[in-house]
This record gives sequence, structure tokens and C-alpha cells, in this order.
Amino acid sequence: MTFLATGARGTADLRHAYLAQVQRRRLYSGLLTILFVALMVSGFQIAQARNAGDFLNGITHIFDFPADIVDEAIAKAGNLPGHIWDALPPLIETINIAAVSTLIGTLFGGLLALASTRGLAAWPRLIVVFRRTSDVLRAVPEIVIALVLIFVLGAGPVPAAIAIALHTAGATGKLFSEVNENADLKPVEGLASVGAGWVQRMMLGVIPQVAPNYFSYALLRFEINIRASAILGFVGAGGIGYELKNAMTFGQGKLDEAAGIFIVLFATIVIFDQLSGVIRHRLTYGDA
Amino acid sequence: MAATAAMQSDLLARFRGKRIRSFAVPALILVYLTYVFFAFDLPGLASRARLDNAAILMSDAVAHKVHVTRDNRSGEMSVSIEGSRRMTFAANQRPDWVQVDGDTVQIDLPQGHSVTYDGPVVSYDYPGYGVIRITSDNGIHLDLPTPEVPDFINASSTRVAITTPAGRLSVTRSRTETLRYFPGWELFFFDLASPYWGMSWGQVASTVLVGERLDPAQSNVSLMVSNIWNNTIWRHGDVVWALGETILMAFLGTFGAAMIALPLAFLAAGNFAPSRAIRFVMRRIFDFVRGVDGLIFTIILSRAFGPGPMTGALAILTTDTGSFGKLFSEALENVDDKQIEGIRSTGANVIQRYRFGVIPQVLPVLLSQVLYMFESNTRSATIIGAIVGGGIGLLLTQAIQTTADWEKVTYYIILIVLMVFAMDALSGWLRRRLIKGDGSGR
Repeated sequence: MTFLATGARGTADLRHAYLAQVQRRRLYSGLLTILFVALMVSGFQIAQARNAGDFLNGITHIFDFPADIVDEAIAKAGNLPGHIWDALPPLIETINIAAVSTLIGTLFGGLLALASTRGLAAWPRLIVVFRRTSDVLRAVPEIVIALVLIFVLGAGPVPAAIAIALHTAGATGKLFSEVNENADLKPVEGLASVGAGWVQRMMLGVIPQVAPNYFSYALLRFEINIRASAILGFVGAGGIGYELKNAMTFGQGKLDEAAGIFIVLFATIVIFDQLSGVIRHRLTYGDA
Repeated sequence: MAATAAMQSDLLARFRGKRIRSFAVPALILVYLTYVFFAFDLPGLASRARLDNAAILMSDAVAHKVHVTRDNRSGEMSVSIEGSRRMTFAANQRPDWVQVDGDTVQIDLPQGHSVTYDGPVVSYDYPGYGVIRITSDNGIHLDLPTPEVPDFINASSTRVAITTPAGRLSVTRSRTETLRYFPGWELFFFDLASPYWGMSWGQVASTVLVGERLDPAQSNVSLMVSNIWNNTIWRHGDVVWALGETILMAFLGTFGAAMIALPLAFLAAGNFAPSRAIRFVMRRIFDFVRGVDGLIFTIILSRAFGPGPMTGALAILTTDTGSFGKLFSEALENVDDKQIEGIRSTGANVIQRYRFGVIPQVLPVLLSQVLYMFESNTRSATIIGAIVGGGIGLLLTQAIQTTADWEKVTYYIILIVLMVFAMDALSGWLRRRLIKGDGSGR
């Protein structure tokens, strides 16, 4: 009897506690939702108030500009292949910027990562320094470095490449060091026991383990960097973005040229996206 | 025996292959870099690079100069920071190293150098060299203590410029100007119009705490805050608004995209899509949106909505809807069916099944992706702001393009980096709180 009674009271307590907890949770998530909705609504209103064009007015005109481009491209359809052909050299420049900055950036990123992983670092005391370095490199938006370098080095691909490479070094530095943390340390210890130096331990003990992952991230980064170098071109760093800006600022009359550039840029991004997707898939799941 | 030999030769062949590859890859990279070296015209870069610009940038970023200018035609005197009209000292505000006495101006420079404007005669006293006298009536006459012109003087018949470690003097027929350099950012807190200008921090504090009201209409604290906020040189108020706009773009864009992408992701996920055709169409739409670069959306949208943060937010929203759609549908394809079955067995309808069977499973993953994206979009919003014309990105590009205000460029860069760090910390904190959770959050 007594047992049953306690049991019933225990259940009741439990039930009570559970319901209270559920209620508290509901209250919290309700409050969070209200806060979030309030932020979204007020944010939208502020953005609306500080924007030159009105949202509802703009949304009806959203396709005006694409329509202008398509109209002009169709009207001068004969010129389109020529424009696409003309867009190829700046496109190659854009891809070159992306490729060089990925190569150099991942190289430095790899070094940063090795120097900032516990257990692998050559100078364990400086791990913090290298981590902060890659944090800062990651935090500075490319445009900042690019614009400053354009002022010093003149407009062209080099400032963009340096800016993207620095950002890439920071981003891959962090990603690679996460990969390194999962590396098996036994080969490193084995190499150390036969008297291998730090460079040898890294080259022979760590790199073979992490290389596929590094490569996969580097490809992903290449994809991102193509987009970044197109955008930087728009603010004056050469390549296809710059041509696009020129065609656009000219406006009516050169929109067919803009259309050609749009097509080339879209095709490039999709092709590299797919290509790197396929390669990365292979790296992860084998050749199948 | 034969088998071992075959194995050995096979193995040796593999080693050879490996060796060739391990040399071929670096060699290929080297060839590519050589090609780029010439494609980017790096040899020509040396001639195009303007290292004097770099020097200006470095010194201007951490120092400012005060111009003491006399218009030689009207005889008018002015003392101003960076030669800017907005930063011209009133006669009673002039620093004490400039003494104006009728037609004579005595300017003291550091290291014992001094400059005197005395009617048409300008003399520069260079300790250890002597007094350089420049007379400007009909043309410019240079009078030196030594027979030949030293390196630090650049003289022609129309212009004389003296550049020393202590400052710079230039004389032309129309004007005489002396520049003196000071470390630090000028007028960062109070501009020349503010009653707090020229006070030390101790004086400011005592004025605020116990001093008499400088402006009868408001208290000293609010006067101080409004003077800093409305500083006409640094425009702190506008800068704070611009930072807010940038964060707002990232916030509205990221979370708006997440809210649009979530229902669409159900249509694109293999286990939820009503039909294969819809799934296929949704996936291609996501691919298309991701493929049309953010840059293109930004351009198109800025034509429709004009410059401002709304345009930037919409550009981020459109681009990210594609990425979120893909990521979310992949997360949805990984959900465990058992929980949905369980909910179904209690007689729940479709909405309830999704709400209690699916959302709790995927929410941590989705939230973590959204918060990651929020952080990276703060950076993108800076760039997008430069293109659409809003936020701190716009201020930065404007400051760089005018090439005059490098201390402002430095200031904006520091603010941007701090902003990104802050958003990084915030998104990390939210992720830990909401996802790993201590139970109170969700």
C-alpha cells in the first residue's frame, strides 16, 4: 500500500515537473520567436527607410533590367558570339586570379595549419600566434586589401590575387588545422624515433594522411575564389568583373555585351562547380 | 620465384610512377606560376607600382599635418588641418607655435627649425645649415648660405620646396605654405566647432561632472555625446549607422533566405517531395540560383531597388536561398523515419508530423548552417555594400577613392575587422547555446 502511494505521488511529481519544464520551454521558445520576429520586422523597416528605392515598388520592376538585357541581346543576336569570344580573355584573367590565389593561399594555409595544430607544431608556444594570424587573415574582407593594394600597385590582377590569397590562407589555415587534429600521430612518432626532422615528419607522416582532405577543401576554395575574383573585378581589380562593370555603366547600347559576359560568367561558375563537385565526390567516396 | 620477380618489377614500376608524379606536380605548378608571372605582367608591375603612394598611405594613416598657408595675392592667412576648409582654425584657436603679428608670421617647427613669413620675404632657419631666404616679388629668388643647392631643396624659377625632417615649406607666387606633422588622428572626438575642442581629458571630465553648463539647452554630458556623435570630420554617427546597415543586410539576407529555403527544401528532398518531377525542378532552381553569382543578383537588384541596405539584403537573400535550399534538402534526406512513424502512430496530421517528427531532428543542423552563413555574410555584406551603395563598404570605397583620408580608411578597416570578429563570436556563442544547448534555450 505504502509503496503504491509513494509511487503514485512520485509519478504525479514527475508529471508535474515534466509539464512545468515543457511550459518553461514553450515560454522560452515563444519569447525567442517574438524577439526574432520583432528583429526581422524592425530590421526590414529600417532597411526600407534607408533604401533609395521602395520595396513594393522595386519588386514590380525586378525583371525590368534583365528584360532590357535580354531584349537587346535578342535584337543584336548576331553580335552575341563575338561578345562571348571577347569576354574570354578577361575570363581567363579572372580564373587565373582565382587559381593563383588558391594555390598560394592554400600553401600558406597549410603551413599555418601545421604550425597551429597541437602535437604537430614546430614551435608549440607560438600556436596561439599562428591561430590568431589565420583568424585575422580570415576576418579582413578581400575588398579591403584589394582596394588598398590597387592604390599602391595600380589597377590590375595582382592586388586581387594577393587579397584573395591572404583570405584563402586564413580560411584554409583554420579548416586544415581541423583536419590535422584528426590525423593519426603514430606515423609522426615513428618518424621521430628514427630521427626525422620536423619537415620530414610533416612531409612523410602527416601530409599523406591529410592530402585528400586538403585537396578537396582547396577545390571548394577555388570555386569560391572564382566568384570572389569576379566581384573584385567589379570594384576595379581587372578580369571579367571589370568588363562587366564597363558594359553596365555604359548601359543602353552595350547591354548585349553585358549579356555575353553574363552568359560566360554563369557558364564558368556552373562548370567549375560541377567539376569540383565530381572530383570531391570521388575523393570522398572513391572511384565508384 | 617468377611471381616474386613480377611483383618486384610491378612494385618498382609503381615507385617510378610515384616518383615521376611527385616531381611532375610541383613542376606543373611551377610552369603555371611562370605563365601567370608573365600573364599578370609582374615585371611591368615594378614600374607601375607607386611606392610613394604606399609611403603617403603609411604616414597619413597614423599622422596628420597642419598647413600654415598665406595667400600671397590677398595676404590672407589660414591655419588648417590637412588644408581642409572644414578644419580651419579660427583666429583664436590657432596653435601657439604659429605667431601672427600683422604682416609677420613666425612658425616654430620641431628640432629648432623655424619659418618666418615677413612680407614678400620667407626665411627658413635650418639649424646646422643656416637661414634660407626666399623672396617672392617678381618671380622667386632663392638666397642660400651655401653656393650649391642642397638635396632637400627643390627650386625652380616659379616654385621652391624645402623638405626637412621637421616639416615642409613651399613657396610659389600665389601662395606660401608650411606643413608641420603631428602623430595621431586629428579631431577624432571633438571638431573645431565643439566647445570641448582643445580640452584635455581631465578638463572634459571635470566640465562634464561639475562644470557650468556650456549650452543652457542641454546638460554637459549630452552636449559631449552629441558633439562626438555629430563630429563633422569623422561623422561617428554615420559610421555607426553604416556598420548597423551592413549587419542588417547580413541579418535580413541570411534569415530571410533560411525562411524561404526551408519549405522549398522539403519539396527538393527525396523523402518528402510530392513527386520526382517537382524534386527535379526544385533542385535545378537551386542550382541555377547558386550558379548565377551573387554579383549578378546584386547588379540586377540594385537597378530595381536603388542603392541602400534593402538592396544588399535582397541580394544576399537571393544568393543564399540557393545554397540553403541545397544544404537543407540534404539535411532533410538524412532524417530518421522512425520518429516520423512514431508521431504518425499517434494520429498526427502532416503538419504535426513535420513539426514534431522532422523539425526537431534537423533544427540543430540547419541552425548551425544558418549561423555560419550569417557570420560569413557579414563579410560579404561589406563587399555587396560597396557595389549597391550602402553600409560600411560604401564608406570605405569612398574614402579610398578620394585618396585623401587614409586615417579614415584605417579607421574603417579597424572597425570592419572588429565587426567581423564580433559577429564571429556572436554566431559561435549562439551556436553553442542553441545547439549543444543547456536545455534552457530550446
